[in-house]
Amino acid sequence: MTGWRAGIAATCLALALWQMVIWITGVARFILPPPALVAQTMWDSRALLAEHAVITMTEVLIGLALGAALGFVSAIALVAWPTARALVRPILVFSQAVPVFALAPILTLWLGFGLWSKITMALIIIYFPVTSSFFDALMRTNRDWIGLAKVMGASPARIMWHIRVPAALPGFASGLRLAAVYAPIGAIIGEWVGASKGLGYLMLLANGRAKTDLMFAALIVLAVLTILLHATVNTLCERTLDRSDVS
Amino acid sequence: MNQPLRMTGSATIDGTAIFSQLDLTLTPQSWTCLLGASGVGKSTVLRLFAGLAEGVTFTGDLSDPGRVAMMAQQDLLLPWLNVLDNVLIGARLRGDRLDKDRARDRLAQVGLADHADKLPAALSGGQRQRVALARTLMEDRAVVLLDEPFSALDALTRAQMQELTADLLSGRTVLLVTHDPSEAARLGQTILIMTPSGLVDVTAPTTSIPRDISAPDVLRAQTDLFDQLRRPV
Ligand SMILES: Nc1ncnc2c1ncn2[C@@H]1O[C@H](COP(=O)(O)OP(=O)(O)OP(=O)(O)O)[C@@H](O)[C@H]1O
Ligand SMILES: [Mg+2]
Repeated sequence: MTGWRAGIAATCLALALWQMVIWITGVARFILPPPALVAQTMWDSRALLAEHAVITMTEVLIGLALGAALGFVSAIALVAWPTARALVRPILVFSQAVPVFALAPILTLWLGFGLWSKITMALIIIYFPVTSSFFDALMRTNRDWIGLAKVMGASPARIMWHIRVPAALPGFASGLRLAAVYAPIGAIIGEWVGASKGLGYLMLLANGRAKTDLMFAALIVLAVLTILLHATVNTLCERTLDRSDVS
Repeated sequence: MNQPLRMTGSATIDGTAIFSQLDLTLTPQSWTCLLGASGVGKSTVLRLFAGLAEGVTFTGDLSDPGRVAMMAQQDLLLPWLNVLDNVLIGARLRGDRLDKDRARDRLAQVGLADHADKLPAALSGGQRQRVALARTLMEDRAVVLLDEPFSALDALTRAQMQELTADLLSGRTVLLVTHDPSEAARLGQTILIMTPSGLVDVTAPTTSIPRDISAPDVLRAQTDLFDQLRRPV
């Protein structure tokens, strides 16, 4: 409850500051629209915003699901096959040095203006955090658990499935939490580079027509959706994957 | 398992000698207690019998004990499984049929019948170690390797666990590594002290185990052991 109250208080403070900046500087409304105008625009354009928000969230959710699934499987494969680890890990690390933004035009070229170039962008951006946090957790499995399992006659595959994976789920959960924040960034970048739908597209469109109020409205919708997504993923993780008693 | 288990030879880790010219024989269906200074290689001996000595180079003869059961100082319960599933973990790991009735019987034997559905975090240290004992019993192996299984328990719980374990593992070949002379005097049918220059055989009481802590022969064996352990090597 205190978390909610603090959130509301912080929002009110931000709105007050925003309004004050406008009063003090007298900045033009096409540079910084006042909060009341943005609120008005949000209400007036609610159908338009909702339509584009649905597109963006579809990209984000599909990207998140695919990225999580792919990260889950790759981390297990990397742990299970040391050769794969030796070959793939340097590539993974190197890939982090490439600014993913630079890939967006290429993805648009290859996958077109539709959903898939954005889904892929979101997927690429979240793949590394999910894979590496799950991988690290899998590598940290208590050696004594593994020893006991071997003495009991377990195969490596069963040790993986019954011991290492369940023991590493909290690590997977922390990867997912990061992914929930990164996935919308991926989708928006994809939309900026080339799209005919989505909140990112709407922001560019509004910007081009000097409709700064609409741009702010789209931005706020995006921020709220990202926060909601993060909170949902967080709650799901707490209910299913987290354990306070991991030794 | 009626053949004595024997280990004769030397072990090194990365070229460093852990022990050399060791000659250890485990009498079938009896308890052998192994004592000795910290770092002398007791756990290494146990891991060699268990086939878990990764990184240890052993040269010599080592009889194959077949599949063994093992219990250590840490209970190694899986925190995400309830007590019953922890007892069944061996079967699950081998892909065997899960015999829940037998697992419940094992839990009843260690006095935890009412705790089957709890998570390990909801149990005391002593109760957790009893679950580990039930899991060991569930494996039902002729050879059981125990590495200081009671050393983390308080004195009273430890005495109870010693009695329970001796009763439930009777008829099996047991190797118990311990630092506690009193424990060895209560449970050892053969008592050995491991030193860098080899094993020292200490006379064990001949009465059946678990022995009464205050029996004269147990107290005498305990004192003997203390003296032997203190003797410089
Ligand atoms: N991975 C390793 N690398 C190098 N040396 C090791 C390794 N593991 C154990 N040793 C060494 O092997 C020796 C024997 O270890 P071991 O665990 O068998 O001793 P222990 O008799 O069981 O001791 P304690 O009573 O403290 O449990 C120790 O001197 C230790 O330093
Ligand atoms: Mg040891």
